[in-house]
Amino acid sequence: MKKIELQNRLATILILSLAALAALIAGGLVGYLLASGLPHVSWQFLTGSTKSFASGGGIFDQLFNSFYLVVLTLLVAVPLALLAAIYLSEYAKQGPVTTGLRLAIEVLSSLPSIVIGLFGYLIFVLQWRLDFSLLAGAMALTILNLPLLTRACEDALRQVPQLQRQAGLGLGMPKWRVTTKLVLPAALPGIITGAVLSAGRIFGEAAALIYTAGQSTIAVDYANWNPFAPTSFLNPLRPAETLAVHIWKVNTEGLVPDAAAVSSGAAAVLIITILIFNLAARGLGKLLARWLSR
Amino acid sequence: MKNWSNRLTGPSPESRCEAHGRWITRLALVVIAALVLSIIGFLLCRGSRLFLTGEGTLSAFLLGTNWDPGHQAFGAAPMIVTSLFVTLLAGLLALPLALAVALATTEILPRGAKRFLQPGIELLVGIPSVVYGLVGLTILVPLTRKLLGGTGFGLLTGAGVLFLMVMPTMTSMAIDALEAVPNQLRRASAGLGATRWQTIHRVVLPTARGGILTALIFGMARAFGEALAVQMVIGNAAVMPHGLGSSAATLTSVLTTGMGNTIMNTPENDALWSLALVLLLMSFLFNLATRLVSRKKG
Amino acid sequence: MRNKFFLVLGVALVALLGLGAWQAHGTTKVTKVTNVGSTALQPLVEAAVPGFLKHHPSIHVTVQGGGSGTGLSQVAAGAVDLGSADVFAEQKAGIDASKLTDHIVAVSGIVPVVNPKLGVTNLTSKQLRQIFTGEVTNWKQVGGPDEAITVINRASGSGTRLAFEQLVLKGQSPIKAQEQDSNGTVKQIVANTPGAISYIALPYLDKTVAALKLNGVAATKANITTNRWPLWSYEHVYTRKQASPAARAFVAYLQSPAVQRHLVEAAHYVSVDSMTVRRDANNQLTRVKGGE
Repeated sequence: MKKIELQNRLATILILSLAALAALIAGGLVGYLLASGLPHVSWQFLTGSTKSFASGGGIFDQLFNSFYLVVLTLLVAVPLALLAAIYLSEYAKQGPVTTGLRLAIEVLSSLPSIVIGLFGYLIFVLQWRLDFSLLAGAMALTILNLPLLTRACEDALRQVPQLQRQAGLGLGMPKWRVTTKLVLPAALPGIITGAVLSAGRIFGEAAALIYTAGQSTIAVDYANWNPFAPTSFLNPLRPAETLAVHIWKVNTEGLVPDAAAVSSGAAAVLIITILIFNLAARGLGKLLARWLSR
Repeated sequence: MKNWSNRLTGPSPESRCEAHGRWITRLALVVIAALVLSIIGFLLCRGSRLFLTGEGTLSAFLLGTNWDPGHQAFGAAPMIVTSLFVTLLAGLLALPLALAVALATTEILPRGAKRFLQPGIELLVGIPSVVYGLVGLTILVPLTRKLLGGTGFGLLTGAGVLFLMVMPTMTSMAIDALEAVPNQLRRASAGLGATRWQTIHRVVLPTARGGILTALIFGMARAFGEALAVQMVIGNAAVMPHGLGSSAATLTSVLTTGMGNTIMNTPENDALWSLALVLLLMSFLFNLATRLVSRKKG
Repeated sequence: MRNKFFLVLGVALVALLGLGAWQAHGTTKVTKVTNVGSTALQPLVEAAVPGFLKHHPSIHVTVQGGGSGTGLSQVAAGAVDLGSADVFAEQKAGIDASKLTDHIVAVSGIVPVVNPKLGVTNLTSKQLRQIFTGEVTNWKQVGGPDEAITVINRASGSGTRLAFEQLVLKGQSPIKAQEQDSNGTVKQIVANTPGAISYIALPYLDKTVAALKLNGVAATKANITTNRWPLWSYEHVYTRKQASPAARAFVAYLQSPAVQRHLVEAAHYVSVDSMTVRRDANNQLTRVKGGE
């Protein structure tokens, strides 16, 4: 008995210390990035626009573009992945076709983002004549995030107990009703986790966007709310440089003297942005869950 | 109200709704399938050009060790070996830590711990790879230089950066896998007098093995496809690695470095697409293998 | 109740969007000009856009990177209007240079850099060649401290590497070494690695790395204009032979004094007008009278 107790205690200590090590590494990383970046963040940095050769440029356009691109991408990717996941988990019969499809989607997840970017460039930008644009970027990012999103949605749906479905079906509800009214609200937290993780990846993605959304920003008019006007900030057909692309560009071919400061400041801003975005998404998810199950 | 007969004998609004739902979900799946297949087809088409134009042979490409596309030498073996090795190393480094964090949050710590952990994980996923590369360059490279000597650029540093990058994804998925284990099992095990470790070891882990393997695959898949960060710290030299500290290049880093500098439809460019195809095929085989393994035992 | 609310909302949104589309359609037509190519040249071209927009408000220029190879491929294929490159199109296999028109917009010096703690300030051409071909592997063999040399080469196929190999290695092949694509990354690696040597474009030089003199000559603008500093290359913008008027207007603006005098200077490139020598695709030098 004693040996087992000892074993239990040792194992617990081992697990906890390994977890603490992981937390320490991750915390150290975030702390390091914040500590080296935050001193460069100022109001002027957040609201100014980029400079080509002089120091003191800001990141406002890039910050907005990142947000807008996340929204656009999730608008396309989440419904697509969710619907496909519903089919896979609720309707599809297990067979070689569904297995093959799942395999294909998972294989897609290990493609380097530059390959997706070049695919997007050759197909969306050139073939479909979308030019370097937010829309082309959003479509490339959709491809990039489909594996993870579909997987997350399917897992979330599957984790809803079978009993809940049977209860609904037993009351005479059609399957689609059961899925949208019972299963979906119950699976929502998992789906949101998937979407938020994808949003993080979109915030941080650079390679896929260099060839699709582009790496330069045209001067946009933040007072023009008409998404069809060429200079409107809402126009999805304008080229847009996101914050991650900006960090990449400043680091690789930046001619500004304060490149290191801009890059670390932008990284710190990005971290805080993601944090705020995720908390907001969670809050929104809770509201949505309440609304759906009404 | 007209058409009573139709309303009584035709499909009810509910069943019409049902049909629409089924149709729309299937459509989404078809769209995804079309996208995936077109990418795979696109890569197959681009990646096989090198061999179809007769500029290179498949065996020389897969087995050759000299990569010098400017001089018609397309030996991709060094990159294939490096990619595999670095990915495996990163995955094996990250798995114990990811699993430990997952076990600690689901089995040991109070439920509130997860509420703090989740935003943290999502934060780490969103850090751009360039930033990971810079951290690797300023912290990991000097550290490796002290540990192994040499330049500090190499396999170990590359694996270290990848380890940092994939740990959050793996942790998040491992947590999901552990949470999918029904609580009845835990209670039954505890009811039989098992200690926490015995429950974890004998009940929870075996039940969640499929999910944990998936976490490993997804993490390694991301490591496999990562380019910008690795390129900065691995030394990016297309030679066969001969030790943990030796410079090397992965498939993705060579691909990323070369893509912008080559002219489309020249052998140099085709060779890069062939690398992308290799990447696709390898992850395909890898996925298939793990699937078989988890099915056989599970 | 809820459904009705959303129906009204949806109809209102569609109506608004329609109105916007109609309104945008009525405004003056803009011409789009896209530039793809050399990432090193991108900041300069991008900086010229606002000034150009003042003269030609109806022409919207988009400047993207992607690399010299992409730039040349895409302009030759007709996918974009302008392709910037830091090599002559003739030097790239697979490009039909006769279909393209070359517009040289700037001259960029190439400068060998080392880790600042090394203390080496000058190398001869021969020593530099020996380092990059692997004949010399320790700094003490060229008069420096006892420190192993870490060679960081540039991506094969890049314009900077091509120019460096032609001008320094003179046909010998370099050792297999670390390859990096961008000036910024090279700078960071050289700054962080003891005993590292590489080469970057002159505009990117800063205090984090130490520039080397070559045979006692420093890489300055004055020395580049007279070819006393021989390591330099052109920055090209290519168009097709039948380029659109909008694309031609932008190229003309890039070559105009407004850009050449001010922006090129501010970016630490050398203006084409001030060069007293000219170099062609086969590396033949000819003297131009007086320069400017």
